Amino acid sequence: MTPPRRHIVVRLPDGHEAAFDCRADDTVLAAMERCGGRAIPVGCRGGGCGVCRVRVIEGQYRCGKMSRLHVDGAAAAAGFALACRLIAEDDLVIELAPSARCLGVAAADTDRDARTYSH
Amino acid sequence: MAIAGVLRPGYVQIRVLDLKEALKHYVDRVGLDLVDKGPDGRAYLRAWDEFDRHSVILREADTPGMDVMGFKVATEADLIRYDKRLKEAGVKVEHIAAGEQPGTGRRLSFIIPSGHRIELFAQMETSPHCPPTENPDVWSEEPRGMRVVRFDHCLLYGPNIPETAKLFTDVLDFQLTEKVMAPHGMIGAFLSCATKAHDVAFIHSDEPAKFHHASFFLESWHDVGHAADLISRYNISHDIGPTRHGITRGQTIYFFDPSGNRNEVFAGGYLYYPDHPTRVWSADELGKAIFYYERQLNERFLSVVT
Repeated sequence: MTPPRRHIVVRLPDGHEAAFDCRADDTVLAAMERCGGRAIPVGCRGGGCGVCRVRVIEGQYRCGKMSRLHVDGAAAAAGFALACRLIAEDDLVIELAPSARCLGVAAADTDRDARTYSH
Repeated sequence: MAIAGVLRPGYVQIRVLDLKEALKHYVDRVGLDLVDKGPDGRAYLRAWDEFDRHSVILREADTPGMDVMGFKVATEADLIRYDKRLKEAGVKVEHIAAGEQPGTGRRLSFIIPSGHRIELFAQMETSPHCPPTENPDVWSEEPRGMRVVRFDHCLLYGPNIPETAKLFTDVLDFQLTEKVMAPHGMIGAFLSCATKAHDVAFIHSDEPAKFHHASFFLESWHDVGHAADLISRYNISHDIGPTRHGITRGQTIYFFDPSGNRNEVFAGGYLYYPDHPTRVWSADELGKAIFYYERQLNERFLSVVT
């Protein structure tokens, strides 16, 4: 039986949206990388560096351990998360929310971001 | 003794978000041995070819990164001498009593201009599992995982690279093996205390005290390939490689521990001697300097740190 999949929509700063499906046991960032998406910058994938920071606008989710430097208690309560630690429990709508404490956030590839990714 | 003063990197203390996950990574995958866990929860590890009792310390915390990198000096007299020289250079030196790390003598602890905490120590217990010394086999028990030989060096990101390099060369008797020059000055410094191409390296970032990677030595380029196989087999977060550096000429692969701290395993690199000149890279050749085969930097290598 195919495990349930969640649909993830990423709202981009230029007004476009990227979208991809996420397996129930994948993080949002891992699901995006699986289908070749580049809407969210990829860093350490371990909750440490902060480059994949997003804000969840709609949908239920849970998070693994994340560096408090990038997502402290107040930010977590306000919906901020690192996509590499973000598990969708529902279809999600998220937006990019780069951490101000990162050295520099990889520029998103707007050509590819404008496409829709889906299994 | 031809090598005196600071001998080598002795230990690195790394903060991890989840100690259990980190131990699985560093023990089962990287191939370090768990020595023990201290009463404060820190875990002590060592590589199979190291004589001292530990070289990597993991501390569970809510922010990953590096607490401290420690260098071993040859004698107690060296500690006294460096204490005096650091103070003369205007560096505030803290004294940490013997035993704060199990089996480890007293330590000098200080913050360098890049914002990182560096320590010096002269004594550490010899591991009961140290390499054999009488009619020695290559090892007592076959190495595991990536089969790392030793903790080798760290690359640290922070400001004040020229001042940081000057502290290491003028006060701690390191030599500058390679440097990266931008039009406005030095942005990268690779420093050796003995005959390796680097024992510690610094690259400029505005944010102080950032941790780019801890590196472990491998015996061969084949072992770099074996590490790459393990990284894929176990879905370890991969950064870049296998490739080679222009700087130091090391053959390398980069990946991340489960808390996002970058690790390197590498082989090769040249030997450095004190009569060798400093090799110089210009910022417009930085791609080849860092990744000799790709000849271009990836954004992640520049900006992803803990």
